[in-house]
Amino acid sequence: MAKIVEPTIFELSSPGRLGVTMPASDVPTTALPPRHLLRSELPLPELAEVDVVRHYMKLSKFNYSVDDGFYPLGSCTMKYNPKINEDTCRLPGFLYTHPLQPIETVQGNLVLMFELQEWLKEISGFVGVTLQPAAGAHGEFTGVLMMAAYHKSRNDSKRTRILIPDTAHGTNPASAGMLGISVLTIPSDARGNVDLKALAAACDDTVVGMMLTNPNTLGMFDENIEQVVKMVKDCGGLMYGDGANLNALLGIVRPGDLGFDIMHFNLHKTFSVPHGGGGPGSGPVGVSERLLDFLPSPLVGIVKEADDETAPLYGFVTPKQSIGRMKAFHGHFGGGLVRAYTYISMHGPDGLKDISQYAVLNANYLQVKLRGTYKIPYDRICMHEFVAEGQFEGSDIRALDIAKRLMDYNFHPPTNYFPLIVHEALMIEPTETENKDTLDRFAEALIKISEEAKTSPELLHNAPHITPFGRMDEVKAARELVLCCWLPENYDSLP
Amino acid sequence: MTYIPISPNERDAMLKTVGVKSLDDLFDAVPKKHRFPELDLPPALTEMEAAAHLADMASSNENVREHLISFLGAGAYNHYIPSVVDHMLRRGEFYTAYTPYQPEISQGTLQAIFEYQSLMTNLTGMEVSNASHYDGATATAEAVSLAFAQFRGKRKKIVMSPTVHPQYREVIRTYSQGMRLEEAGDDASADLEVGPEALTSLIDESTMLVVVQYPDFFGRIHDYTKLIEDAHAKGALVCIVANPTALLMLKTPAEMGADIVVGEAQPFGIPLWYGGPYLGFFTTKKSYVHKMAGRLIGETVDSRGQRAYVLTLTSREQHIKRERATSNICTNQGLLALASAVYMSTLGKTGLQQVANLCYQKAHYAAEELSKIDGFGLCFSEPFFHEFALCCPKPAREVNEYLLDHGIFGGYALGNDYPSLENHILMAFTEMNSKQEIDTLIKVLKEME
Amino acid sequence: MNVPSNLKYTKSDEWFDPSNGTIGITDFAQSQLSDIVFVELLVEEGEEVTVGKAIASVESVKASAEIYAPAAGKISAVNKGLSDKPETLNSDPFGEGWMIKIEGGSAGDVMDSAAYEKYCEERAH
Repeated sequence: MAKIVEPTIFELSSPGRLGVTMPASDVPTTALPPRHLLRSELPLPELAEVDVVRHYMKLSKFNYSVDDGFYPLGSCTMKYNPKINEDTCRLPGFLYTHPLQPIETVQGNLVLMFELQEWLKEISGFVGVTLQPAAGAHGEFTGVLMMAAYHKSRNDSKRTRILIPDTAHGTNPASAGMLGISVLTIPSDARGNVDLKALAAACDDTVVGMMLTNPNTLGMFDENIEQVVKMVKDCGGLMYGDGANLNALLGIVRPGDLGFDIMHFNLHKTFSVPHGGGGPGSGPVGVSERLLDFLPSPLVGIVKEADDETAPLYGFVTPKQSIGRMKAFHGHFGGGLVRAYTYISMHGPDGLKDISQYAVLNANYLQVKLRGTYKIPYDRICMHEFVAEGQFEGSDIRALDIAKRLMDYNFHPPTNYFPLIVHEALMIEPTETENKDTLDRFAEALIKISEEAKTSPELLHNAPHITPFGRMDEVKAARELVLCCWLPENYDSLP
Repeated sequence: MTYIPISPNERDAMLKTVGVKSLDDLFDAVPKKHRFPELDLPPALTEMEAAAHLADMASSNENVREHLISFLGAGAYNHYIPSVVDHMLRRGEFYTAYTPYQPEISQGTLQAIFEYQSLMTNLTGMEVSNASHYDGATATAEAVSLAFAQFRGKRKKIVMSPTVHPQYREVIRTYSQGMRLEEAGDDASADLEVGPEALTSLIDESTMLVVVQYPDFFGRIHDYTKLIEDAHAKGALVCIVANPTALLMLKTPAEMGADIVVGEAQPFGIPLWYGGPYLGFFTTKKSYVHKMAGRLIGETVDSRGQRAYVLTLTSREQHIKRERATSNICTNQGLLALASAVYMSTLGKTGLQQVANLCYQKAHYAAEELSKIDGFGLCFSEPFFHEFALCCPKPAREVNEYLLDHGIFGGYALGNDYPSLENHILMAFTEMNSKQEIDTLIKVLKEME
Repeated sequence: MNVPSNLKYTKSDEWFDPSNGTIGITDFAQSQLSDIVFVELLVEEGEEVTVGKAIASVESVKASAEIYAPAAGKISAVNKGLSDKPETLNSDPFGEGWMIKIEGGSAGDVMDSAAYEKYCEERAH
């Protein structure tokens, strides 16, 4: 039997214990529906409030978070999440408005959404923005749907392939796959740019478009970006920008100005919406002029212009050839849009530029500190992140071992094994919200680990040592597939 | 203001280490003519100013707690959220953590989501639950993707009841654009009085999935057992879109034989928040687990012999399977899954049963009293849970406007989606609606001309 | 690494037994995939397959792969037990872990065991 560190909420249950209870009914009693429509039992836990609080407090202490320390996960932009966001998104006027209220009663929400649309347009250089997508991948799917709809509207049915660089996030091909569009992988060149020869060979009238992350997951800004965009457009394709790495570009360059047609924003990366242990995210999408009519419905717009006496009336509008609705209601309003709005309003144009400049400074500083100890396969000025190799000549230490050992130094590991084109990749994104001391300590830890790899490799193979849990048996999890638990008294009756 | 913890001196030292003169010199790779655009944005606010500005915006809304009596439902419900829920969500250890890819330092999130999965399977009666989807509508669309993948595109017909939430049906149509599906049943002008058996004749050997809602969009409780038997006889799968509050009282979809049970778990501890973020739950049978999209947490042991939890079967997902994955989803609604788990734990079996009963009682009291008013009546005769379609003597839009003048959100005007229901309002009742509120509604409607 | 000399091999790491039409994945493939946890056969008995058609989908703890037909012909048998015991692919890829059998199979672009062994060595760094 495995040792139980903290019982599950089901194991903590004791029949008859009460937590928060509801008031007695204040209306005359109506008989319940006929018995055959009712459930026979409700096998859910019974606990007191204090049991619940102690359980989740205990669980919370098993987590490492941005509030605990450095979290240099490449391409995830784990920046500090300002506390004021947590207050603004919980203002009663936001918390307690129903998505189907008449627009006249929610002008505050609609103004916020309208202004956020405008701000995101200005930041990215696009002419239209939808706030509806729920996450980055959802925004990508929105974008690919619009690409397909655009070609369809022109009766251009030959286009069946999408071009995706070998450094792309897995969501890019998966988004294309959801529409049955085939994927052609474009290699990167020795400087980490799109290989122009390969791109030229791929560009023809079967190309739906290209999905490009710039800076890419190597942290490299494509030095030929204008040429790449031109080649894709010249063959009739659309240019999709994956905004996962937008934290490098605020006030630096606008993807719309570079000729991109579409880009999704990750409000949970760039604009400080907390990651929440895996979500919710928020993935608005910006588009160029030629895709305006295809945006998902509805968008926030002015439905009645202002006159001398009244402010404009904000409401919902449906684009002419809209791809349709991406989710119920209007997007991740409370948890995503309000926090991002708060964050942008506190930065202004100069503050936004500072974000990207310092994000890039921090990444380059760390890159210099680690150069010489770790191989950096694409070694030039990077943007907000860079990739090192987590392996050493003549050693069986792997990126995974280094990642796990970093936990013993109280750091969250970088992203590992991605991008796929770097052996034993360690992808490091410090973000702008780390100070020099933290970066120095992190670099020292990685250098120390490189020495340990030589002197006491078992220290790395068996890491982590000081965390509450050790390495996991992932094969057992996948083969035995225990995906839920039950109340202790119900285990006997299970098949 | 910014959140950059670097002093000018430190910056200069770092620039020197990097070997550039200024911050701007880091961006030589960016085409010069587009470099450093002047952004036309409002000047930065301090925290104090931002807090005041946002408070102004929020207070310019009229909300359902402070200003108005509300009977709006239609997919988003005004429930009481115990104080504990937000206290737990505000733990930085939970909300500022990333996806638990490093299980040694993420057991808090992993165990909490494992427990969420368990709460959902025990609620629905199904065998497995994933770690959640964006919302109820996208969870339903992912059920279509599951069925499509399960039959490997060999079956292409989807039979969908017109009494599935109209926005969910829209989302399914958006999501399935690449599948070239044949759609049947999704006709808002169909006879809405007929029961689920009307769908049976549409199910054939090419049908991959039947989608129904429970209670349906009009709040009606149908027993889908027979429909599911008929669908299974043709080899089709059945997805039930369920309201979790109703499941606290009603026969489980698993007992009816459903293959997939999805829905919107917003009623479980998530504020209305003007429509999001919410929490799509997705449960199914173990045999479909490899075709199910989304994250999944499984139990295992660590190297020290401790019970622990990990993300499992990750090779199904986009980051490994890429264009062959069932879905591109990579986030889940982690923090909101935690909210619903804390909600269910804090109320517990007893509190949850009380919530369901209060919803049921209030709705039935209101229905009884509303039916007594001249010209008003219930649209359908089937049993209902906490929501029903009220037939009014004039267009729903006008009734709603009249009610709003008296400080009441009457409900959702069904004519928006169903041409035959121009005079009908969908009204929802929860534990938040006092008898006094309901009596006010009755009084105001009685006085309507 | 085991490379039986009586079999033919593809660049995508499937094997084909010309004597009886049996098809599976190689020892090299299973070791690259590591612990296999899911196998889905994408074809049925009686179906005609062409060279390069996806016949199975395999998922391990860390990777996923499609398995392609190394030869064309009519499927005479599929290993139905495999989906219940995917770990068989790790333990016995050339025996119990067979995937399908085809009749009248004509192999596509395949190599002999010596060439395949060399091909595997090249890829192991």
